[in-house]
Amino acid sequence: MNQLWEAVLWCLDPAHWTGPSGIAARSLEHLGYTLLAVVIAAAIAVPIGWWVGHTGRGRGAAVALSGAARALPTLGVLTLTALLLGIGLAGPMTAFVILAVPSILAAAYAGFEAVDRRVIDAARAQGYTGAQVLWQIEVPLGLPVLVGGLRSAALQVVATATLAAYVGAGGLGRYLFLGLKTQDYAMMLGSSLLVVVLALVLDGVFALAGRAAVPRGVTVARRGVNA
Amino acid sequence: MNWVLDNLPLIADRTWAHLATSLPAILAALVISVPLGWLAHRYRILNGPVLTGAGLMYAIPSLPLFIVLPVLIGTGVRDVVNVVVALTLYGVALLVRSVADGLDGVPPEARGAAVALGYPPLRRFLTVDLPLAGPVILSGLRVVAVSTVSLCTVGAVLGIPSLGLLFTDGFQRGILAEILTGIVLTVVLALALDRLLVVLGRLAMPWTRAEAGA
Repeated sequence: MNQLWEAVLWCLDPAHWTGPSGIAARSLEHLGYTLLAVVIAAAIAVPIGWWVGHTGRGRGAAVALSGAARALPTLGVLTLTALLLGIGLAGPMTAFVILAVPSILAAAYAGFEAVDRRVIDAARAQGYTGAQVLWQIEVPLGLPVLVGGLRSAALQVVATATLAAYVGAGGLGRYLFLGLKTQDYAMMLGSSLLVVVLALVLDGVFALAGRAAVPRGVTVARRGVNA
Repeated sequence: MNWVLDNLPLIADRTWAHLATSLPAILAALVISVPLGWLAHRYRILNGPVLTGAGLMYAIPSLPLFIVLPVLIGTGVRDVVNVVVALTLYGVALLVRSVADGLDGVPPEARGAAVALGYPPLRRFLTVDLPLAGPVILSGLRVVAVSTVSLCTVGAVLGIPSLGLLFTDGFQRGILAEILTGIVLTVVLALALDRLLVVLGRLAMPWTRAEAGA
């Protein structure tokens, strides 16, 4: 417990927060990696997932891919891309994107599949075109599930970004590995706590976003049923 | 391929260490989740806290957890026990929901019939509720098995033996084949365990065979 206290003191020491390799800068770096990776992964996975969900084509492949990806060891992908792409951000970022794509892809098509078929049939009966069904029904109704997928992807990247310091990237993992190498347990433990806090805060933000993503009509309907 | 042939004993060693770390964690997660999931299912008041706690647990990145745990349980930083405990916690976080969902899905008629036949609570739980919740628990357990085998490799950056050491060693020495071997073996191990669970599930729950075939 004494060690835990020392770690907290390490985190709170103002001297550790400033400068280009201070906690503030490293936290922003960590967050920056995460957001960039999730944005790139979403740009790849969301259109494909929506296409799979809308047309029902390629569903088997998408399910197999997102299932198999769970078995993919993050450290393995990270060291592989680092070795292939060399020093710099390209290697780790490629790994982050590879690891973030499957959960976003799965959430994008699962969100569409969760839409009540009768709602889509009703829309078609009213003369909605395919594009209108997509943008006015499937996308808004599938959004909460998609946000859930973005949430898991973001958490996955936060965890992997910590490991990325092992292959030379920045972020809060830097302190962790520096502490490990120099046997500075307070630094190692303190930075671990910071990563945990960062992950939990991000998780909370996505939980709120997920709630905000539920279309108003759906919540009204649900409340109506409960009342 | 040459690297693999030249290092077969090393690979076998790492695979064994990997299994010795991940299998106990998967088993422990199952054993802990059943009573915990039952509590969440049985007592509505506990449902929220247990499931929220499980969700938060799952949000915590693995490497920081490997480092924080030693302070809480009094082990060394490079102790394999940290990895087993951390993987168990992640497993419980995933499985508790499956167990609670599975028990929630048991038809009230079946439960009522067992009560009417005079089954005492524990016997009813073991012979009626648990088997009927089995398929849902099994699907949760499969996810746990796959992610545990995959997560187990992270301990390698702390020097804890597993297939993950092929990644760190391959990276340090620039041997691409070593890293690829580690990735392939981890995925194969995870998928093999997944298949094994499916087979065990069919043996233990023969009535699910027809549905699975459909």
